[in-house]
Amino acid sequence: MIGPEVQKRISSLRFALLSPDEVRKMSAVKVTTADTYDEDGFPLDRGLMDLHMGVIEPGLRCKTCNGKVDECPGHFGHIELAMPVIHVGFVKEIKDILEATCNSCGRIKLKDEELEIYRPVLEKSILNGEESLEALAMSKKIIDEAAQRSVCPHCGAEQYKITLDKPTTFRENGRKLSPKEIRERFERIPDKDLIFLGLNPNTARPEWMILTVLPVPPVNVRPTITLETGERSEDDLTHKLVDIIRINQRLRDSKDSGAPQLIIEDLWELLQYHITTYFDNQTSGLPPARHRSGRPLKTIVQRLKGKEGRFRSNLSGKRVNFSARTVISPEPFLSINEVGIPEEAARELTVPIPVTPFNIEKLREIVRRGPNPKGEKYLPGANYVIKQNEKGLKQRIMIMEKNAEDVANKLEVGWIVERQMMDGDVVLFNRQPSLHRMSMMAHRVRVMKNRTFRFNLAVCPPYNADFDGDEMNLHVLQSEEAKAEARILMAVQEHIRSPRFGGPIIGGVHDHITGLFLLTYKNPLFTKEQVLHILSYVNYDSLPKPVIVDGKEYYRGKDIFSLILPKDLNMEYKAKICDGTGCKECVFDKCPYDAYVMIKNGQLLTGTIDEKSIGAFKGVLLDRISRDYDSVTAAKFIDNFTRLSVGVISYMGFTTGIDDTDIPEETKIQVDEILNDAIESTKAYIDAYQKGILQSLPGKSPEETLEDNIMRVLSDAQKKAGEIASKHLGMENPSVIMARSGARASMLNLSQVAANIGQQAVRGRRINRGYIGRTLPHFKKGELGAYAHGYVRSSYKKGLTPLEYFFHAMGGREGLVDTAVRTSRSGYMQRRLINALEDLKVTENDGLVIDTTDNIIQFAYGEDIIDPTRSKQGKAVDYDAVFSKALGERFFLQIRGGK
Amino acid sequence: MKKVNIMEHELVPEHYLLSEEEEKELLDKLQVTKDSLPKIKRSDPAIKVLEKIYGPIKPGRVIKIVRKSQTSGKFIAYRVVVEE
Ligand SMILES: [Mg+2]
Ligand SMILES: [Zn+2]
Ligand SMILES: [Zn+2]
Ligand SMILES: [Zn+2]
Repeated sequence: MIGPEVQKRISSLRFALLSPDEVRKMSAVKVTTADTYDEDGFPLDRGLMDLHMGVIEPGLRCKTCNGKVDECPGHFGHIELAMPVIHVGFVKEIKDILEATCNSCGRIKLKDEELEIYRPVLEKSILNGEESLEALAMSKKIIDEAAQRSVCPHCGAEQYKITLDKPTTFRENGRKLSPKEIRERFERIPDKDLIFLGLNPNTARPEWMILTVLPVPPVNVRPTITLETGERSEDDLTHKLVDIIRINQRLRDSKDSGAPQLIIEDLWELLQYHITTYFDNQTSGLPPARHRSGRPLKTIVQRLKGKEGRFRSNLSGKRVNFSARTVISPEPFLSINEVGIPEEAARELTVPIPVTPFNIEKLREIVRRGPNPKGEKYLPGANYVIKQNEKGLKQRIMIMEKNAEDVANKLEVGWIVERQMMDGDVVLFNRQPSLHRMSMMAHRVRVMKNRTFRFNLAVCPPYNADFDGDEMNLHVLQSEEAKAEARILMAVQEHIRSPRFGGPIIGGVHDHITGLFLLTYKNPLFTKEQVLHILSYVNYDSLPKPVIVDGKEYYRGKDIFSLILPKDLNMEYKAKICDGTGCKECVFDKCPYDAYVMIKNGQLLTGTIDEKSIGAFKGVLLDRISRDYDSVTAAKFIDNFTRLSVGVISYMGFTTGIDDTDIPEETKIQVDEILNDAIESTKAYIDAYQKGILQSLPGKSPEETLEDNIMRVLSDAQKKAGEIASKHLGMENPSVIMARSGARASMLNLSQVAANIGQQAVRGRRINRGYIGRTLPHFKKGELGAYAHGYVRSSYKKGLTPLEYFFHAMGGREGLVDTAVRTSRSGYMQRRLINALEDLKVTENDGLVIDTTDNIIQFAYGEDIIDPTRSKQGKAVDYDAVFSKALGERFFLQIRGGK
Repeated sequence: MKKVNIMEHELVPEHYLLSEEEEKELLDKLQVTKDSLPKIKRSDPAIKVLEKIYGPIKPGRVIKIVRKSQTSGKFIAYRVVVEE
């Protein structure tokens, strides 16, 4: 263990090449036997598991350091290669150096006076370790220039073209250069020239890029695995090393016995293959080396590279205990702050509770229940007790049914009980991809029957979750600090508004919006019985005042909704259903469409509650409540309106189907006429274009003008057809309710189902690809008409013709490809950005942004020191809220007055 | 070719050379040493322009930069001059 007193800051890192001598020096054994264990299972001397390279079996001792399994860090061995072999990792460098240096004298093929001007900068950079981009560019330039010379300026020798046959074969004028020859050439390069090639002669000689000695990694790096059957299985690296030693041996034997050159070259080539794949088994141009089972071997590069590699998987990513993962499903009766957890998971996951004089009896009872308490109702048991003896040594006692009673009685203050989860425990809940901080929030546990995690639907947007099979992760917090931090900083209710856009991200979705629309639109009347049903899920003080209609008592929808509003709330705004087309001039609270929301003293007086009020992302009512009241009130409001709206929608019933989009026969004829006219109109444009009389739009060619006109005519027609069809789809129509209230889908979707799908596009233009001069062989070459370029006249309900279907698929596919490409690319960008920013922080006193070494990154966070979460859509001050509070009624009258 | 004064371009923020007193005041206010300030190369075109006015600017001097800001209208940053 290294104590804190030897902490040091790393000032620089330098990479160098290992020389053959260094490899031998650090080696504990020369490995010569291409095998691992003898018949008795004992490591063979000079074999790949030689005890000099470390021990992995308990009971044995390392022959180098005499350490036992946990003590010996492992030691390298080495293999003496019969012939030199190229190191794949340096192929590019080897090619550069071969090209830049003379084939006979080894000097860089530039005159000394050309070279020496670069020396000062390069020496500073390479010898003093001040790596600079300038030096990098310089040696690149030197190499490029030297490679151009066909005669050596030093010795006058003629130079030839060097080519590389991927992956490791170099040729000079087509003749193969053996690694041995290359090595000999590199040995001739004088030390003083190395710096121009970007090498530091003190730490790297180019010939070291050609291997003559191969280090064998310690056995700890490639341990033998013993299967349950008792069978031993070697690591992939060991397999590869066996191959290398075997071929190396054969090559040496053949060489010594004077075998024909052809055989030697074949073996040499094979040795090169094995060593190349030992480093990288995905070298392009080489078939990957395979295990007996046919699985490609995982060699050194594969261990390190990529998502599953050492870096991303083991070093930047860690696996943890006290976590669970399962499918998620909705539970509208949970608070947004809660999460439902299956009993099975709750029994497995524990919280450590220190025993104190105050809780010892309670804990005894829990321990007594054991790990599997019986009974219909879930009661937490305990899985372990951590006992602390006099010397402070900790001992874990597993609780089983047998010893539960015993351990409970022996329980002492100072011990720790690992109690199973129970209602109220704090957990972190997470859904990948974790793109923003709301992807991981703290919830309170509710232990439930069945095997899914459950949560309130209002929390779907921040996690971007749905229930088509999504799974989520859960982490049980262990320390008091972690629990406190999570409750204060990470609780769901503290994340109702997002720093992404300064508005609510937790809020109503789908049926929440439909439900409250049904409750409030045009203020429907409910009987007392109905109201009691609807409100049975909601916390409220008392029923609102009933209204008398025809001598009977009724309750109005808006009054029912007002029950869950804070009593001092005053707001006015236009609802989502106000699309601005209905009325010439807004008449505010007199709106005939009930689209102007007016709330006075917590009473909803006019207007409809829809997406604009309570929707995630768009709900201004929700936004106001979360800003002006504390987070507990905001959370309660969300809990209440989700329950209320679920109550309404399940009591009233709500359903949608294809017949929502039925339109009368004469409307269909009208739509047909509009579309016919549009087609005629496109024909007229095409005609004009072909006669050369089409008036070009400014800055456009005649072709572009034609395209623009056709697209415009067709989209106008689609809009008009949609409007006509929509006339017959009124506010009583469920699909329209969903579209207009913002619960799901749009009026465009409906008009595409009912009337006309419209032009399909790829790359933002009419479809123009496929065959030469035409999109499909069904058309004439050069045909310009709507149908020949992806116009879909049919509606979804009517169905598409085969040609329309094909074009529709083309347009649809573009969307899919786009999202696929976008997610991978933006994911990568996000990763880079987060890696760069993750350890910056904002100082408490003056809002500076600093890094871990106190360097100033920004002199004021965001240049305005505003927490975007508390901003109003990014703006520092919500003027409307300030004015309405200061001026009260007068402010609203002023907006209504248009000023 | 016509020589352009880059400082007149609307995308180039205003650069000012701080006096020694102003430097001290700034560092006192921020409670930092000079080497934790962001850097600006002596070869930066903006420094070249300032040098036309003040003569050679030695590494270690602090430059005040006033830029337009989307969030706060105007934003002030400081950079310390470094050799390369
Ligand atoms: Mg899903
Ligand atoms: Zn050892
Ligand atoms: Zn030469
Ligand atoms: Zn209106």
